[in-house]
Amino acid sequence: MNDHTTEDISRHVKVYITVFVALMALTLITVVVSYLHLSMAAAVLIALAIASVKGSLVACFFMHLISEKKLIYCVLILAAIFFAALLFFPVYDTQHASLPAVGNA
Amino acid sequence: MSNQLIRYIDQPHPVTGLTNGKLGIWLFLASEVMLFGALFSSYILLRVGSSTWPDGSEELNVPLATLNTVVLITSSVTMVMAWAACKMNDFRKFRLYLGATVALAFVFLVVKSFEYAPKLTHYEVFLKDGTSLRGHVHEEHEDYVVFTPDATADQHPQNRRIERDDIRRLTNFGPAHSNFFGLYFTLTGLHALHIVGGIIVNLYLLFPGAAMWKTEMERFTGRIECAGLYWHFVDLVWIFLFPTLYLL
Repeated sequence: MNDHTTEDISRHVKVYITVFVALMALTLITVVVSYLHLSMAAAVLIALAIASVKGSLVACFFMHLISEKKLIYCVLILAAIFFAALLFFPVYDTQHASLPAVGNA
Repeated sequence: MSNQLIRYIDQPHPVTGLTNGKLGIWLFLASEVMLFGALFSSYILLRVGSSTWPDGSEELNVPLATLNTVVLITSSVTMVMAWAACKMNDFRKFRLYLGATVALAFVFLVVKSFEYAPKLTHYEVFLKDGTSLRGHVHEEHEDYVVFTPDATADQHPQNRRIERDDIRRLTNFGPAHSNFFGLYFTLTGLHALHIVGGIIVNLYLLFPGAAMWKTEMERFTGRIECAGLYWHFVDLVWIFLFPTLYLL
């Protein structure tokens, strides 16, 4: 995103407005779906799917990841791998450990 | 002069194709992914391992959180528009958009304070007979408390005297209430601190830092891009926090 003409930027501005409208619509859908009282699995799946689409829109267009340099993709892929490990290893561990469930309080 | 001290701050490095500032902010954001990742991991671990978990939409204020989502997404747009204004050499529009971003960030914090405040004055009393009551502490004495339970659809709230000997635990809906509220305050509190950080940086770029516009416009635009990347990341974190905490 270093070399841009005024025309390029004007085109980008139109994209930003479109992305903004899409993000607002997806926020509305997220809230509406939460009032449908779906099963927990379906609710989690839909809410996280919508959040992922919204996150991707922000990252791709506002953060310009769609046209970024290879080095940044490498940094982010590495971060994503560690993030996934951080997320799934503890859950895998609890699923396979024979510890009693604890209360919320 | 400064270009001779620190190289590639306004022009891309020939090897990376990026300015050092931009590479730096992306590395910082990668470390931020790990910070929030550790907390999200804790959330999942505690939730999966818990026998009971409250419904976020019943415990928290969804309309206020939705409003904050709209505010933060709008601020992300104004931030990217500020960068676009820099690229188009329009300083007046740049100031307008960055000023709007800062204003929206303050709106986010004000809405957040409206969300936090009732939680800290709303109490739950756990009695030794295994029951619990939600409401407000009317009076506190050495031997007893006067508690006003929340109104229900068919019952008007009436003050109730509860002996201290009958109370197992009396707590507000703060971080110490339960794992859910501990995670809620930790995650949203850390996120709010990031908003404060963004406000400080953006205010600097809006006022004293804007002097660079006249002397080194390219470098200044690079700074706005880096500040923007940070701000969009803060927005991105909220996009995941909102359904995770409030709706599921």
